[in-house]
Amino acid sequence: MSDSIPMLPALVAMFALAAGTFLLRLSGPALRARVTFPERAEKLLEVSAVVLLAALAATTALTEEDAFAGAARPIGVLVGGVLAWRKAPFLVVVLAAAGTAALLRLAGVP
Amino acid sequence: MRSFWRTLDGALLRDIALVCLAVGVIGLSYGAIAVTSGFAWWFPVLMGALVLAASSEFLFVGIIAAGGSPIAALLAGLLVNARHLPFGLAVPDVLGRGWRGALGTHLMNDETVVFAIAQDEPERRRAAYWLCGLGILVCWPVGAALGALLGSVVRDTDALGLDAMFPAVIVALILPAMKERTLPRTALAGAGLALAVTPFLPAGLPVLIALAALPLFTVKAKEGAMR
Repeated sequence: MSDSIPMLPALVAMFALAAGTFLLRLSGPALRARVTFPERAEKLLEVSAVVLLAALAATTALTEEDAFAGAARPIGVLVGGVLAWRKAPFLVVVLAAAGTAALLRLAGVP
Repeated sequence: MRSFWRTLDGALLRDIALVCLAVGVIGLSYGAIAVTSGFAWWFPVLMGALVLAASSEFLFVGIIAAGGSPIAALLAGLLVNARHLPFGLAVPDVLGRGWRGALGTHLMNDETVVFAIAQDEPERRRAAYWLCGLGILVCWPVGAALGALLGSVVRDTDALGLDAMFPAVIVALILPAMKERTLPRTALAGAGLALAVTPFLPAGLPVLIALAALPLFTVKAKEGAMR
């Protein structure tokens, strides 16, 4: 994982993401006067964002380069997730996840 | 300007400060992960300031770090950030005009919109939005810079459990949306699908494949409506 990444293509894509994101932020207020946005389209955007993020959380929690990442990371994420579900503050969730994974590794869990 | 900030009371100021602090800590893990997966130290910092939307940046960095193409990372990032369009529909009155309006537009994100919507008076809405937004504009890139420093000093950031922070952050971000009846099933199906295809597809693609679970949401929603 520690090979260095070609920076130029990544940089160009990053600028495009920054510009595109600004346009998305700008278009809401600009559109509001003229168009009524269909509620269904709004809903689908919201749902696809959540689905993408859920898939990202699952793959980064469980896999490392196409294979199982070991138990420490997913258990840490699970502890964080349970705390978040019990409405613990954000900071507690994040630190608990990292702390759990770190302690498990200290105890020899991969 | 002083009277502008004075419309915010102590409890709200504390809440905003806590959110900014949390954003800084998440920035720490973001910077560390970016650097340990091969990005130059300035990349997450610059991206943090210019894109200023955490989940899309994590997604972008994650896809490229896993070997995915920058185009896939860009498309996934834009898709995740598409929610800013409805955000803009919700808070057009707090943004301001001219150059200030451009900055106000840039500050639009999950946290600032939540704080703005929670206030009753227009003056308080604007003050909460701007204070939270400016705080995040500082804390997010600074956190990323500190994380990048940490990631380049500490060789094995996994020993600190930093790799568990990132998925935990995302879980905490999406949990509040799960109140909706058919959304948890759709999200779980999408996540399962992504995991199932991970060994077979090039990196970056499995996350996008998760969108194939979207019809589950609409179909189930219709069934629910008929019942």
